[in-house]
Amino acid sequence: MSDTGELFELPLKELHERAGARFGAFAGWSMPITYPLGVLKEHLHTREKAGLFDISHMKLFLVTGPEAGKVLERACPIDTGLIEDGQSKYTFFLDDGAGIIDDLIVTRLGAKRFMVVANAGNAATDEAHLRQIAAGYDCRIEPLDRVFLALQGPAAETALRDAGLDLGALTFMHGTEPRPDWFASRSGYTGEDGFEVAVPPAQARALADRLIADERIEWIGLAARDSLRLEAGLCLHGQDIDTSINPVDAGLMWAIPKDLRESGAFVGADALRTAIAAGAKEKRVGLKPEGRQPVRAGVALFDEAGNPTGRVTSGGFGPWAGFPVAMGYVSASQAKPCTKLFAEVRGNRLPVEIHPLPFTPHRYRKG
Amino acid sequence: MAATTYFTDDHEWIRVEGGIATVGITDYAQEQLGDLVFVELPEVGRTVSKGDAAVVVESVKAASDVYAPVDGEITEVNDKLSSDPALVNSSPAGDGWLWKMKLADESQLSGLMDEAGYKAMIG
Repeated sequence: MSDTGELFELPLKELHERAGARFGAFAGWSMPITYPLGVLKEHLHTREKAGLFDISHMKLFLVTGPEAGKVLERACPIDTGLIEDGQSKYTFFLDDGAGIIDDLIVTRLGAKRFMVVANAGNAATDEAHLRQIAAGYDCRIEPLDRVFLALQGPAAETALRDAGLDLGALTFMHGTEPRPDWFASRSGYTGEDGFEVAVPPAQARALADRLIADERIEWIGLAARDSLRLEAGLCLHGQDIDTSINPVDAGLMWAIPKDLRESGAFVGADALRTAIAAGAKEKRVGLKPEGRQPVRAGVALFDEAGNPTGRVTSGGFGPWAGFPVAMGYVSASQAKPCTKLFAEVRGNRLPVEIHPLPFTPHRYRKG
Repeated sequence: MAATTYFTDDHEWIRVEGGIATVGITDYAQEQLGDLVFVELPEVGRTVSKGDAAVVVESVKAASDVYAPVDGEITEVNDKLSSDPALVNSSPAGDGWLWKMKLADESQLSGLMDEAGYKAMIG
């Protein structure tokens, strides 16, 4: 975001305007929030057919050089030598206290070539952090200027192939460079099978036009992106995770290889080991309100005896689930499925139950 | 006596007939809010002042207050909305009404807009 408070504009802004998008500010960008279909139908369309998302606010960094792997192993709890070429890993930048600076996806394109995909709101922080770590190493960090499109849903693979991009050979959490300066991965933020494709701006319009001409595909805004990821139990950085939360409490230790937890030399490793030894004080859980009333971010949670026990970090209505869905943090002792808690909404204590995540089963194509 | 309909800056309509006002949100408002998934209705008998949050309408994404346009006592709420909140989207000026209230001070109505004034406001 510039100092004048102006928002970054998407390169394909005109296309979204013509599609009737309603725009709003997110992470310093003017983003399509909904289209005329509306958040409910956009959400359902993505799970039924295929949704097209303009996620160009997210930042891609190409990390190259003989010591690129070394730099990333210092920045993230990953072992770049054990990742195969073409394989993607969900990982983090941690601070010295093991707080989560950002969650990211790192794809190994070759021994000396990696793609890092970071959140829009943290792009500047991430770049500075990575450059600081890379200082003195033979490693180049290149922020890329790309239009980034996500196509998500059961029809994504065939629709993308029909638009001239056959990515059927990729399985979930794998990436490739299908054309010069393009990057594509089989990944997403909806729980559905799907792809994320980064394209040089000059070539983006042609791809977007071909995709949106397909009757199986609809534009989907940020509002439905949020409800889709919440149903899928996926974290939003800045809301469900941030620098005050470590991967132990966030329930994200699955993303950190076991041997690295013990011997890793990544930033935050010592603090993470201390956190592991201490055990989780609180845990991130899914929450299902008993009735129809949504329970939203910021709401306080209480146990059956009326004691404060946690907070909601994301909440809304799950159009596919058909009931309100939420996630948040509760005391480790309360974090068991089916535990009854109460959420305080506008002075009323509404019964909620701890519910396994995700609310909607993932339908990834694992091959 | 024929009903008269008034409108507020907050995109509500108030249909007044014999000292009883029926309140709802306008088509413009439901369009802005998007598909509603929950409506929190007030208790019958509650006394509200102009500007009090009387109802909360919730979409997938957000909760929004609907304010009492005038002072009065809630006499009836639209219970159909408990099971079918989408009525507010499909019929905002009809079956999607929110509540009825007994007016405390009919003179407050003179500060509201008529339909032509409201249409001019939303453009």
